[in-house]
Order: sequence, then structure tokens, then C-alpha cells
Amino acid sequence: MPDGSIPPQDRPNAPKLSLHIPEPAGRPGDAPDFSALPLSPAGAAPRPAVEAAARDTHGLAYDLIRVLDETGQAVGPWNPRLDPDHLRRGLQAMILTRAFDDRMHRAHRQGKTSFYMKCTGEEAIAIAQAMVLTREDMTFPTYRQQGILIARGYPLATMMNQIYSNASDPILGRQLPIMYSSKEFGFFTISGNLGTQYPQAVGWAMASAYKGDDRIAAAYIGDGATAEGDFHNALTFAAVYRAPVILNIVNNQWAISTFSGMAGGGLTTFAAKGIAYGLPTLRVDGNDFLAVTAATQWAEQRARSNLGATVIEFVSYRAAQHSTSDDPSRYRPADEFDNFPLGDPIARLRQHLTGLGEWDDERQAAAEAEAVEQVRAAGREAEAVGTLGQSRPSVKTMFEDVYAGDDWRIREQRQEVGV
Amino acid sequence: MPSLNMIQALNSGIDTAMSADPNVLSFGQDTGYFGGVFRVTDGLQRKHGLTRSFDAPIAEGGIVATAIGMAVYGLRPCVEIQFADYIYPGYDQLVSEAAKIRYRSGGEFTTPITVRTPYGGGIFGGQTHSQSPESLFTHIAGLKTVVPSNPYDAKGMLLAAIADDDPVLFFEPKRIYNGPFDGWHDRPVKPWAGHELAEVPEGSYTVPLGQARTMREGSDLTVLAYGTMVWVSLAAAEEAGVDAEVIDLRSLVPLDIDAIVASVKKTGRCVVVHEAPRTSGYGAELSALVQERCFHHLEAPIQRVTGWDTPYPHAFEWEYFPGPKRVAEAMRRAMEG
Repeated sequence: MPDGSIPPQDRPNAPKLSLHIPEPAGRPGDAPDFSALPLSPAGAAPRPAVEAAARDTHGLAYDLIRVLDETGQAVGPWNPRLDPDHLRRGLQAMILTRAFDDRMHRAHRQGKTSFYMKCTGEEAIAIAQAMVLTREDMTFPTYRQQGILIARGYPLATMMNQIYSNASDPILGRQLPIMYSSKEFGFFTISGNLGTQYPQAVGWAMASAYKGDDRIAAAYIGDGATAEGDFHNALTFAAVYRAPVILNIVNNQWAISTFSGMAGGGLTTFAAKGIAYGLPTLRVDGNDFLAVTAATQWAEQRARSNLGATVIEFVSYRAAQHSTSDDPSRYRPADEFDNFPLGDPIARLRQHLTGLGEWDDERQAAAEAEAVEQVRAAGREAEAVGTLGQSRPSVKTMFEDVYAGDDWRIREQRQEVGV
Repeated sequence: MPSLNMIQALNSGIDTAMSADPNVLSFGQDTGYFGGVFRVTDGLQRKHGLTRSFDAPIAEGGIVATAIGMAVYGLRPCVEIQFADYIYPGYDQLVSEAAKIRYRSGGEFTTPITVRTPYGGGIFGGQTHSQSPESLFTHIAGLKTVVPSNPYDAKGMLLAAIADDDPVLFFEPKRIYNGPFDGWHDRPVKPWAGHELAEVPEGSYTVPLGQARTMREGSDLTVLAYGTMVWVSLAAAEEAGVDAEVIDLRSLVPLDIDAIVASVKKTGRCVVVHEAPRTSGYGAELSALVQERCFHHLEAPIQRVTGWDTPYPHAFEWEYFPGPKRVAEAMRRAMEG
């Protein structure tokens, strides 16, 4: 050809291009296979000083920070050496969260609400972080961090009122169930638009720095939503302005039916995405309460010391369905969670505390019974107000809070409805 | 009183807000050290310091999102999107987040942000420097959308926007930054200097959002316009020899419906003018409102003069831009109808 190139018909032996579509290791009926998930032995990952340069943390994007070993002993440099009271409170909050999830999942089946999302298997992440941060800090959660509210003692009945969109729903029936909001508890209003809260958390943290305060932000995003542009914006702004924010990636392996590889998970780790931005990066066993606590403390100290943001990937597993509208038996092996190499966060912390002589089967049974009773009592309180459809806020509230002040269009439309 | 152009007036507005309230800050692409490609933020970094007026990465979504987070914290960020044509990466954050956070949190969290952005044509900017996307925002409950047409309003409305507790889209008609361009592109443009609306007070004052300004009283017909089209409409009235009542809406949401209804009931005829494409443009809303509220007073069909339903072309600037000839023709049609 005139430009010197060889036309396709003259190179018959050249390979044809083929489009690659990633597929997970297992589908329904297959044996679970986590061999592609990089793991490290407990205690093996080094712990850099909090003041370390970002580049000196980058190996940790490929390691896995773990404290609890197979026998439930706390080992290695990341052991946060928490006192048993702290551990027990964490365990109790996780047990309570699971009991709450089970109860509300049943409430959905009983027709008491339209929708529910459990966080089974991921409880340690939200709860351990909530116990490191303060209520003056702001968390920017996704819909699977209900553990933050529960760990901080937010009234369970109020959560249920929101789930039921009843007359006592603090957000007046405006959001889908579980999209909680509580300024008082440092819990930013949840958006169903995935990823949008991530750069907002960076802005909030920039504001704290601008004011010379000492509050920090913690943002959450799932493995799937790291593919959104908001993720890139958040990391860029956090790095450029050295924002005091913890950028958590909760890698629970599944985004509804889409495995983490569709967000690039099989090509590198999610933590490693932070490296290109010049941010310190940690990859952490998200089902190890002690490791979550230790990594959060490290990032928290960095943020409060004006050293900026940290990216943390928490490796976990979404044990339940995505939501009550989902059926995972249609797209993944049924027994994946049972075979997940990082286990169940509740079982692992229980094993650790038992090994310390600070917990036993009797106390576990009592804690479970107590959690069920707490949830039941809250349920009675919320259901006395009403479940979905039995009770709701006054219709005129539909026309409030669109703007701070009066708006003639909304006033006229409210009158049209006759409320 | 100093005579300022719109750029100087906007600069004075931000400066005044930043001087009065330490929670006000300004950022955007090239807005820091350099002072913005249109110079609106010139000198703010020198005067108020690096942390209060700074550059942002080229990421409109990130600019809007971080402004939202700051506003949730309690600040009042005033950010610049360099051209309205580039606002779309920030659209999700504006529509899904800024507009809804107050509502969805039961009033617990609020986002008092001001998003300034130069818009509109007449500058040979082609499709990426000429668009008028205001109707994409007026459609969104929870957002306010305003457009000043002169230096006095620009400063007063910007101060009102920054003080407002809701997110405000502040569209700046860049063709009239330096003078009240009236669409006669082959005639010299007078600068703002000496114009009575260029007399801009020093210090703080506000022009409340939601109040139209009658730019010219008249009895033949009512023109509803905003931004550059206010000046085009005034020139068109002269061209058509029509005693037009020209209303500068100034604020699209909230809209001064009372001023519109009073004027159309008086004149019985209405011409709606904007630069944006016609279909689903803000003129459609204005036309519907006038029809709903003034039908029995109308003597003729409502006329719309708008940009065409095409992308904004570079070579056909003056065929696309709704100039005084087209507006004058619409006025004549309205008078005949």
C-alpha cells in the first residue's frame, strides 16, 4: 500500500483480534474458587510508621494486612492491642447488626416494607471504623454500613421507622428503606447513586482543613463503583489538596451479579488504584476486626496529623443477596461464603476473645439472645407507629424541604393536591 | 459610584462576599493565581490568600462534588465552571446530589453552593464555548437558576446567590461581560462605561433572586428575556418600531410569575426569547405558564425566538444566534396575530 502497510488480506497468518470479557471463577453449580484472591499470612505485612512517605506503603497495596491467625491469636506489627472491653463491644455490635438485618429481612418477607439490604459478612468494617472515629467526624456511607449507626447506639426503632416510611421516619418517607441520615451520629445521608458520596467526603474533609479544625471524614465505596468517575475525582482531589479523609473501598467481591473482575479486580488490587495518585495504600482483611481497627487507626492518625488521605481496600465477602430484590443463586456458587478464605468476622472475633479467656459459649448465647430481644423491642416500638402503608408522614411534607424558603410553584401544587 | 463592566462587578461581588464571611471561598480551573480565563477571580488569591481562592483539577464533577462536601460542612463555596459547555461532568452531582440532599435528609444536610459559569454565544466559540444549558437545570427541583444581564445585577445577584441556603446555578452571559451587546454584530459595541446599570456600589448589596426587572415599559407586547437577549430584545423593539415591554427575568427559578402575568395581561401579546435551542428550552415553560394564566388576555399566539435545534455551529454564528432581526420579526408577527 502507498503508506507501506500490509493490507489485511496479505497477512493471513496474523492473529485475529478478540474481545476479552472477564468471567468469575465460579458460577452456580461450580465449586467455589478463591485461588485468584491474593492473601498473606496473618502478621506478615509490615507496619510502616504513620509518618511514612506514601511510596513506602505501596507494597501494602498487594499484601493483605491480617492480625488474627487461623487459631484466633493476634499476631504481628498491626496488632492494635485493644482492651477486651473494646473487643466485646465490637462483637456485641456485630451480633446486634446481624440480628437487626435478619429481623428486617424477615419484615420485608412479611410485607412490612418494600426493600431491605443486609451487610452480613461485612459487619467488622463499619463497626470497627465507627469505634475508632468520633461522631464529630463524618462518615459518607454506602447502603451497607448500617453497622456505624448500630455501633454508635443510634435507636434501632428509628432505623425501623425509616425502613417503614412511617409517621416517625426522621426523613419523612422520602427515601428508599435503609437510606438513613443522621448528622448527630456523623452519618451522611445515603445516596442510592453509587460513588457520588466519595468526592463529597473529600470536600467535607477539605472544609475541615480549611477551617483549621481536627475533624476527619471517612468515605465508603464498593469494589464495583470504583469504576465510576467519582472515584477518580475523589482520589485526585484528596491527593492534590491533602484532604484529611479515609477512602475506604469495601471489596465484597460482588456488585449485584457482577463480579469484582468487571471493575478490574482481577488485574490488580483495588488498593493499588491509590498508588498512581501518590496516596498511601493499605489492603486489609475486612473480616478481621483487629486488622480493620489497626488500619483505620493508622489512617486516622495520618489524617489528623495533616498528612492527608489514605486509601484502604477491605477484602470481604457479600454473604447475603445484594438486596431483597436479588437472588444470588442465579449467578454465583451457593457455598462461596462458606469457603471464603477470610471467614466470618463474628466467628473470628469470637474465637479470638474466647482464646483470651474473655468470652465463652454462654456469653455468646446470652449476647445473641440479648440482641434478638433488643431488636424485638425496637420492632414493637416501630410497628406501634406502623409498617409501610399503615402509617406515613403527613402528605403535605412531600412539598417541604425542596428549598429553604417558600416557592410559589410548590405552594400551588400542594394546594392542587389539597393538603 | 464606579462604573464597572460585568467582570469587574462579579469580581467585586465575590471579593465582597469573601471579605464579609470567612466561610466563602472560590475555586475552579485557572481561577487561582491566574484569576480565571475571563479574569472574574483576578486578584482574589493575592488579597484573600491561597486557601480561599485556588485552582482546581480539570474535573467538573470533582469541583461540584467537593463544593457539596464543603457546603455540608458549613462553608459557602463559590465555584467556577470555565464554560457552561463543560458543566456536564458535574451534572450528576448537581442533579442527584446538590438538588436533593436537603430533601432526602429531612432538612438535616444542606448544600449552599454557587456554581458560576459563563454561557451563551455570539463569540465565535463553536459548539464547546457557546451553549446555553440553563433549561437542564430549571427542570430540577431543588436547584435555583439565575442569569444577570448587567453589572449592577451581576454583583447584587451573585451576593444573593452566595448568601442563599440552596444550590444556585449562576449563568454569566459572557457576550455582554464587556458591554451590552445588542445583537447588531456589524456595529460597534458600546462598553459598559457610562451605562447607568454599570454604576456598581462598593461593598455589599443584594438583588433578591426571583424578582424580574422591567427594562422598558410598553403597551404593545411583552418580551420575556434574560442574559444577552435582554439587550437584543431592546434593539429589536426599536427595529420593529413596537412599544414593547421588555422584562429581564433575571431569575428563572425562582421565577417572578407575578411580573410576567401582570405585563402580559396589560399588553395581550407575548414574545419569548432565549439563545438555547427551542425544543424543551425554558421558553417552552414560559409559553405554557403565560398560556395557562393569561389565555383570555392573549390577542395573538405566543412567539418564541430561540437558537435552532442543532449544535452551535462555528461558521454560522449569526444565522444561529437569535439577533434583533429575528426578534423584530417575531414582534411583528405577534402584533399581526
